Amino acid sequence: MKNVIEVKELTKHYNGLTAVDHINFEVEEGEVFGFLGPNGAGKTTTVRMLTGVIKPSSGSVSVMGFDLGRHPIRAKETMGVVPELSNAYTELSAWNNLQFMAELYGVPKRVAVSRAEELLTKFDLYDRKDHAVKTFSKGMKQKLITAMSLMNDPEILFLDEPTSGLDVRSARLIKEMVRELRDTGKTIFLTTHYMDEASQLCNRVAIINHGRIAAIDAPEKLKMRIGGLQYVEVSFTAPVDVSDLRAMAGIIGLRTSGDKIQLYTEEPDRTIRSLVDYSRSNDLEIVTLNTLTPTLEDVFVKLTEEE
Amino acid sequence: MIDQMRRAYAIAKKDVRIYYLKGPVIIFGILSPAFLFLAFMIGRDLHVDFLIAGLLGMTIFFTSTSVTPVIAPTETQTRNLERLAAAPISVTTILFGDMLASVLFGIAISLVPILLGMALGVTIVHPFILALGIVLAAFCFSAMGLIFSSTPTSMTSTVMMLSTMIKFPLVFISGIFIPVQELPSWGRALASLSPLTYITDLCRYSFQGACHYPVMVDIGALLVFLIVFMVIAIKLHERSLPKRL
Ligand SMILES: Nc1ncnc2c1ncn2[C@@H]1O[C@H](COP(=O)(O)OP(=O)(O)O)[C@@H](O)[C@H]1O
Ligand SMILES: [Mg+2]
Repeated sequence: MKNVIEVKELTKHYNGLTAVDHINFEVEEGEVFGFLGPNGAGKTTTVRMLTGVIKPSSGSVSVMGFDLGRHPIRAKETMGVVPELSNAYTELSAWNNLQFMAELYGVPKRVAVSRAEELLTKFDLYDRKDHAVKTFSKGMKQKLITAMSLMNDPEILFLDEPTSGLDVRSARLIKEMVRELRDTGKTIFLTTHYMDEASQLCNRVAIINHGRIAAIDAPEKLKMRIGGLQYVEVSFTAPVDVSDLRAMAGIIGLRTSGDKIQLYTEEPDRTIRSLVDYSRSNDLEIVTLNTLTPTLEDVFVKLTEEE
Repeated sequence: MIDQMRRAYAIAKKDVRIYYLKGPVIIFGILSPAFLFLAFMIGRDLHVDFLIAGLLGMTIFFTSTSVTPVIAPTETQTRNLERLAAAPISVTTILFGDMLASVLFGIAISLVPILLGMALGVTIVHPFILALGIVLAAFCFSAMGLIFSSTPTSMTSTVMMLSTMIKFPLVFISGIFIPVQELPSWGRALASLSPLTYITDLCRYSFQGACHYPVMVDIGALLVFLIVFMVIAIKLHERSLPKRL
């Protein structure tokens, strides 16, 4: 398999803040590569550097074998881009927006006409092709923006949080499109903060936090890493000796936050019974007791602690 | 290179559709010079050739600088800019496209004072020089408009205020209302710093056959202003574009 994206020591500083911090990865031809991370992790900054919109502070990117610093135009011609916060030209019709994209990417007129018709039909917008985009709903706009990114029949498609804030139907349509494109052999680079979306769509996922990649792996493998990570959160009326709790059977980790103690465990049921026994024998009262499945943040904590 | 020119043309087409076919832009482009003209010319005993040349210079100036300053802030606000930045085009191509639209608009509107002049009996002695002057000046003023919009703001009002503060004073130092040769020496020095002086002078040459500067100086000065404005605009926009996203 050949690499269509190669990223080496990529870094971006914004006046003292390091948004992306020496990241390295490759994306192979034909894969859907997910970039997963919470808000502010550096996903958009990374996509902007990969698509040549901003220049890195240091490091290099090559796309389809073209170094983005040296051959930005050639590299950009191979890409389709759906930026995170972007818009079509609302005063133009859907049709004119698509044709404008084709002209920017140097697509011959005849090809552009048939491709626009095909995309409008596929995205269920054909009836509205001559209407100004300002009359479109949010979902319709997002579909049009996605169609615009496909006008040059790109080898690689970059989607920055494509389903964020969309209604269920539009989101599903976009996900279906990602699968279809994958089946035709296109490479897709997708950022998201939805775990589900990443696991449904991606062959591999990079988890990014504070500008660093914490893990890169297939979603199922990542899930296995975090699968055992459930915890029980407890608080008592009086302070307790945490080492007693740590010594309980099945506990794999312990954190305190305020007056609450979080016990990481593979067997929540057994942990709860032990806690109840513990409080009874020490004459303590339990104030709160919850079992929690990990949030995305917990995954990050776990993955970054592992490093 | 040819590809980039074609793409610049696509941008120009988009600009015309979005920005130029709006009523207010066209009206502002025609009315500003018309009002200034009326305010200063009524009741003064000046030759019609002289008047029309001044009106023509002002019209090219106001129309060519009317839209280029607002494109970048508007597209910052409407969030179209990141898509352009991701497209296989350079900043120069984007700016060139914006200029091209503005030039076409400037040339089209400049027909209004020319036709008006012809109706009033003005004859065009040097049509080729006039055409060349109009095209050069339209490019030059469009590039000047781009400089106004190079601060990375999304506020069109800020940019409009800035450009108006520079545009109106320029009109008064450019020998439009008073011939350059009748100005005191400091006035002449000031006039020589304004590109508007040279296109107005060229217009006078085209209509009256007489002008203050040699024709080649007028053309050369417009060219130099064009190149300087263009280089400054490109440098500034290359720096400000990433900050707008
Ligand atoms: N243009 C900018 N100027 C300054 N800081 C920025 C800019 N863009 C992003 N940042 C900062 O960089 C970090 C990463 O942001 P971003 O890449 O947008 O994250 P994500 O897309 O993962 O939510 C954030 O802390 C953000 O505030
Ligand atoms: Mg983002």
